[in-house]
Amino acid sequence: MTSPHPAIELSGISKAFGPVKANKDVSLSVAAGSIHGIVGENGAGKSTLMSILYGFYEADAGEIQVCGQARRIRSSSDAIAAGIGMVHQHFMLVEPLSVVENVVLGAEGGALLKRGIGKARAELARLSQEYGLAIDPDAIVGELSVGLQQRVEILKALYRGAQVLILDEPTAVLTPAEADQLFELLRALKAQGKTVILITHKLREIMAVTDRVSVMRRGEMVAHVETERTSPAELAEAMVGRRVLLRVEKSPRQRGAPVLEAAGLTVIDERGCETLRDASLTLHEGEIVGIAGVAGNGQSELLDVLAGLTQPARGVIRLGGQILNAADRNPANLRKLGLMHIPEDRLRTGLVTAFAAAENAILGYHDDPAFGRGPFLSPTLVEQHARTGMQDYDVRPVDPALKTAKFSGGNQQKIVLAREIERAPKVLLVGQPTRGVDIGAIEFIHRRLIALRDQGVAILLVSVELEEVMALSDRILALCGGQITGEREAVATDERDLGLLMAGVSERAA
Amino acid sequence: MSAAPIDLPRWADTALVPLVSVAAALVVAGLVVLSIGESPLEATALLLKGSLGSLEGLGFTLYYTTNFIFTGLAVAVAFHAGLFNIGGEGQATIAGIFAALACLWLAPLPGILLVPLAILAAAAGGALWAFIPGYLQATRGSHVVITTIMFNFIAATLIVYLLVEVMGKAGSMQPETPDFPKQAVLTPIHELLGAFGLKLPSTPLNTAFLLALASLVAVWALIYRSRLGYAIRTVGANPRAAAYAGISPARIIMVAMAISGALAGGLAVNEAMGVQHRLVLDFTAGYGFVGIAVALMGRGHPVGVGLAALLFGVLYQGGAELSFDKPTITRDMVVVIGGIVILFAGALDGLFRRLVASVLAVGRGG
Repeated sequence: MTSPHPAIELSGISKAFGPVKANKDVSLSVAAGSIHGIVGENGAGKSTLMSILYGFYEADAGEIQVCGQARRIRSSSDAIAAGIGMVHQHFMLVEPLSVVENVVLGAEGGALLKRGIGKARAELARLSQEYGLAIDPDAIVGELSVGLQQRVEILKALYRGAQVLILDEPTAVLTPAEADQLFELLRALKAQGKTVILITHKLREIMAVTDRVSVMRRGEMVAHVETERTSPAELAEAMVGRRVLLRVEKSPRQRGAPVLEAAGLTVIDERGCETLRDASLTLHEGEIVGIAGVAGNGQSELLDVLAGLTQPARGVIRLGGQILNAADRNPANLRKLGLMHIPEDRLRTGLVTAFAAAENAILGYHDDPAFGRGPFLSPTLVEQHARTGMQDYDVRPVDPALKTAKFSGGNQQKIVLAREIERAPKVLLVGQPTRGVDIGAIEFIHRRLIALRDQGVAILLVSVELEEVMALSDRILALCGGQITGEREAVATDERDLGLLMAGVSERAA
Repeated sequence: MSAAPIDLPRWADTALVPLVSVAAALVVAGLVVLSIGESPLEATALLLKGSLGSLEGLGFTLYYTTNFIFTGLAVAVAFHAGLFNIGGEGQATIAGIFAALACLWLAPLPGILLVPLAILAAAAGGALWAFIPGYLQATRGSHVVITTIMFNFIAATLIVYLLVEVMGKAGSMQPETPDFPKQAVLTPIHELLGAFGLKLPSTPLNTAFLLALASLVAVWALIYRSRLGYAIRTVGANPRAAAYAGISPARIIMVAMAISGALAGGLAVNEAMGVQHRLVLDFTAGYGFVGIAVALMGRGHPVGVGLAALLFGVLYQGGAELSFDKPTITRDMVVVIGGIVILFAGALDGLFRRLVASVLAVGRGG
């Protein structure tokens, strides 16, 4: 079912945001009925390119052809009309509505819902059968698992007649098993003649599922290759333009005394759900303990409760042997006691993006007498402090007055890292240290974390990147449904073993 | 997909956008004037002449400006903490009651003690009236927009009761307090400068204006130079990051509201102690609400608030002169013109940000 024309043909696409050239003369040809991967570091321009294709932005220059016809795509409705569908990394679903209601959203077909819904129901049944996408059309979307919600997104696109499906980092929120199911689905779509564009930074997935892969670097296309004829190492090199270490080199740990001990921690959220159940863990000096788990299984709650941002319903936390009372467990006091926290979401929690970099470099430490006299802050001292930190941590550009929102993800993360690490923590809680961070910065951040461990800091690492958890950790705890489902020495486990623990398959049963 | 925030260079954001807004407002106001058969150019000339063209006009303009600085700063400080304090009227009313009580009870004190104490009392009254909504917001989640409005009504009713039943002048039917003792009155500027041999016409402008200027500097130092201001701005910009940083949003909300209310109290200082020399009904006269427009237009920055307050001072004084000279342009018409400026400067701000951004982009050849 391959048509003579490529499904998508982009030529000479350029797009600038102010002085930043996000796409420079990018050309891309995606064969109809193929799975095409696009890889690149964060900020390489993948998302911008796809946003142009899906009509969120208009290109400054260049041409888009869909199935051999030149098209102007100025909005997402133009894209849908051209047969392009997109599954976003963050789902665009209305959670309280049912599956079928979400599918017809935006294509209701008239003022009265009944006819549109009826049509959608029939169409859904057909699509489900054709692609083996079993889903209950009347299920409430908010009650579905993340994997199923993603299917709803895909169904939504197919319902609108998408011939070309763009998936943006689709596996970021999935378990390995769910990811495998997704790949099955993508292959089924391909078999039916659909074209799939897969944006990801996980090279394993590219190798597993794509036919061809294009590599972007700094807004430019640097390589188009057939997947069969390349290797992860070669792709990684093309992405960064030099060889990188995918594995982190580290010396054997020198484990010291226990510093942070938690016993029987239970967290109940405002809806009354137990988001963390009876979790116990011990962090020793000089080791990295990783938490493996699919996002949303209690990792965030664990970090928040240890950092003093929420209070546990039950359980005991000891820091340096001392039991922390509820009154001691606030972020300001814990910082004084040497417990620092690099939060999972730097944009929502770790930084105030509207502030200058210098102001963010003192977030949490604005009461430190080093930054001014009495009730006042000295702009000079605050700026000097930030400049030093930015130089030490290779934040680019070294401009303390620049608004934090204008730094790239990696540089923003380094600002947070510099702030929390320079204070010589005893315990460091780290959430998603490299999410949305380019490969060069990932390497840098990993080395810093290892160096801290070697200095005797106890580190708790939470990451959705299983590879990262495995590479950095000395010991790994798996979380599933708010419970710790197993503990492994990092050297004595593998992805499959952890995947089972993450999926909640109990150790006894396995 | 929500519209991306429009990024503008700082100078454009703080100066160009408000100027374009005012210019657009003047054009529309001009059309309104034209529609009733008057010349907009003549009206503008009269407005400017009436407000800035004479020392007397200028004195009145700055007297109005004083009120707008206080109420504008009050709104601005709350803005920085992410709060919308629209209770300036009520806070100023309670501040007036506190100031009047201080002036009347402490009448035997000399001016050098009485004046500062009465000003502090006004600040405390305003702070109290804003603190309560702040406390309710921080601990109960009751939205300050709702509670501050309701507190305006409570204050408005309370002052009627007090002036009629409790604090009113004996044997008078007027809802007002007896005159404050002489030493509690703030010196008019024309008397102050008269002592140096400068002869100025008599206007209501008094030393509260200097207090307003000092407040501009103090608020600037508080917001941009102090640790507390840093905490306030963090809570306003990102409450989650504030909690992460160990800053208690609840505490900051209460503190910021109290400071905001204290600043609104400045309105009572100017009106009661500086102009009327007693507490009268309805002395707040809508200045508290206009403060919202002043703060919006001034981008919450004290320099902007000062300039916007001056603009509204010009509009108030020039408008009064205009309606005096041109009977066809009534007082109500002037209110319409003021309303248009508020609409453009406050509500339609985004319109011009987009326009300015695209003009700048073209200018850069982008």
